[in-house]
Amino acid sequence: MPFLPDFLGQALNGLAYGALLFLLSVGLTLIFGMLDIVNLAHGSFYMLGAYAGLATLAVTGNFWLAALAAPIAVGLIGALVERGLLRPLYRRSPLDQVLLTFGLIYLFEDLVKWGWGGRIRSISPPEVFSGRVSFGRVTLPSYRLFVIAFCLVVALVLWLVIEKTRLGAVIRAGVYDAEMAAGLGIDTGRVFTFVFAFGAALGGLSGVIAGPIQSAYPSMGVSILIPALIVVVVGGLGSLKGSFVGSLIIGQAETFGKVWLPGVSMLMIYVVMALIVVLRPQGLFGRPLR
Amino acid sequence: MTRPGGLRAWGFAIILVAVLAFPAAFGRYPVKLLQEILIWGIYAMSLDLLMGYAGMVSFGHSAFFGVGGYAAALALTGPGGALGGPLGALLLPAAAGALAALVVGFFSIRVSGVYFIMLTLAFSQMFYAYAFQTAWLGAEDGITGVPRPALLGVPTGEGWAFHVYVVAITALAALFLWRVVRSPFGHVLAGIHENEERMTAVGYPVRRYKLLGFVLAGTLAGLAGSLYAQFSGSITPDAFFWTTSGEALLMVIIGGTGTLGGAVLGAAAFILLQSLVSTYTERWMLILGVTFVLFVLFAPGGIVGALRGRIGLRA
Repeated sequence: MPFLPDFLGQALNGLAYGALLFLLSVGLTLIFGMLDIVNLAHGSFYMLGAYAGLATLAVTGNFWLAALAAPIAVGLIGALVERGLLRPLYRRSPLDQVLLTFGLIYLFEDLVKWGWGGRIRSISPPEVFSGRVSFGRVTLPSYRLFVIAFCLVVALVLWLVIEKTRLGAVIRAGVYDAEMAAGLGIDTGRVFTFVFAFGAALGGLSGVIAGPIQSAYPSMGVSILIPALIVVVVGGLGSLKGSFVGSLIIGQAETFGKVWLPGVSMLMIYVVMALIVVLRPQGLFGRPLR
Repeated sequence: MTRPGGLRAWGFAIILVAVLAFPAAFGRYPVKLLQEILIWGIYAMSLDLLMGYAGMVSFGHSAFFGVGGYAAALALTGPGGALGGPLGALLLPAAAGALAALVVGFFSIRVSGVYFIMLTLAFSQMFYAYAFQTAWLGAEDGITGVPRPALLGVPTGEGWAFHVYVVAITALAALFLWRVVRSPFGHVLAGIHENEERMTAVGYPVRRYKLLGFVLAGTLAGLAGSLYAQFSGSITPDAFFWTTSGEALLMVIIGGTGTLGGAVLGAAAFILLQSLVSTYTERWMLILGVTFVLFVLFAPGGIVGALRGRIGLRA
């Protein structure tokens, strides 16, 4: 019976893809929840993370150092973007901020093309996870299992930080009602910068972690942005839990779409999104609209 | 003293004559650039109707541009050339754009702000995904070898005929949009932009107005896509890709939101940047990105807004 192993293997592939989507979209949803900005440059942060990882790998040859350096570098870029470019726009319409982040996509993509050229560059997985593992008749790269485990750990840590720490309480207050939080004496300016930088860092981290699976190329940010946005719409804007569940759903939809409906596989995630938006416009875990 | 309206009509006529006569003084390449600017100008103006007047920032306008382009490509390459005339080149693509906008708009206008952005974005990507994987639409290669149509018995293949054709359609589209934004309907749209609750309270069927605005914009975007397919002789799934929507947004913002002429100026700035700057440096995307960011930060009124501020030109 070849069906079952195939099914399991695909489910694991989908889980790995969903895990990466979570790592990416959780930053997007945090930034949206806190700052009310749909950060279209979030895909660029993902791309920058992959290239920052590439650069670190070129110097040190160590994947783990790359996985550490990339989020730090991209987080700093995020802090600069928030302080220097977005902050002056807070008093204007939120759409101006969305538009600004759209301009940043061109800027970042071309900067990377300038530095590294336009071709696809592969990132090799760390030595430990360069092999394949098999369970019975299912085999898959061990790196994918690492990705699943890694993202689960990140999800757990994030949940603990946000639910159990003071910093988390401040972030939750800001996400719920930034004005009220400011009224209670929270320095929302600093929290905004922190959350944006942190979200960007998560985007950068997802880029370098995705590297061994998806490789690095300048337009990778533009292509991953849409699935990440769909995850956020499906899960509910600003909801961490939504981003988690949404990622799992979209990861599976994408993977099984490719296997079962190869002719229309690209449509799958949109069909899922359309269904959810029609049934529940605010997404699975979003606050009701208006 | 001439009425400002009269002045404007004269200005429009002078620009029209200059644009029409352009090929008499310039070579093939500048003329091609001008035609490209005009076609993208229609597309940008149609988005400006949504953004600048109705206050609906759509990130999915490429859907209608692409639908128009594919409709024209299918009709014009169709067997026997039965649809080779104005029907296939203009009417069908515009109708296809309108129909697509009716469906997308029906779902999208129920939400606003960032939700509207995301929904329109996702819808346009659906079109992209479908076109990319569908054999009868040429899958990822799209449709090539799209001929230029014969209109009123005149083939518009090359030279003057095609130029006059593009200029005429652009002028008609501009005039039409001009009439729309000055009409009572346009004022209601602007009122909705200003304050949606108030317009609802006053008793306007706000959703119906928004949907009609969305469909009008989609119709003209379809027309622009059709002209683009005829201009370049091909259409690919990239026409649907979300960055094609973003490009129209860039044009509108750089030119000046809520000013139809600004949209065309923005299209000109974009096309010139893309083609002229790229002959000097490969870094045109960087320059474009920086230009755009600077405009959003320091000149939210775009080129037109900056001009108005400088020389006291009134709306």
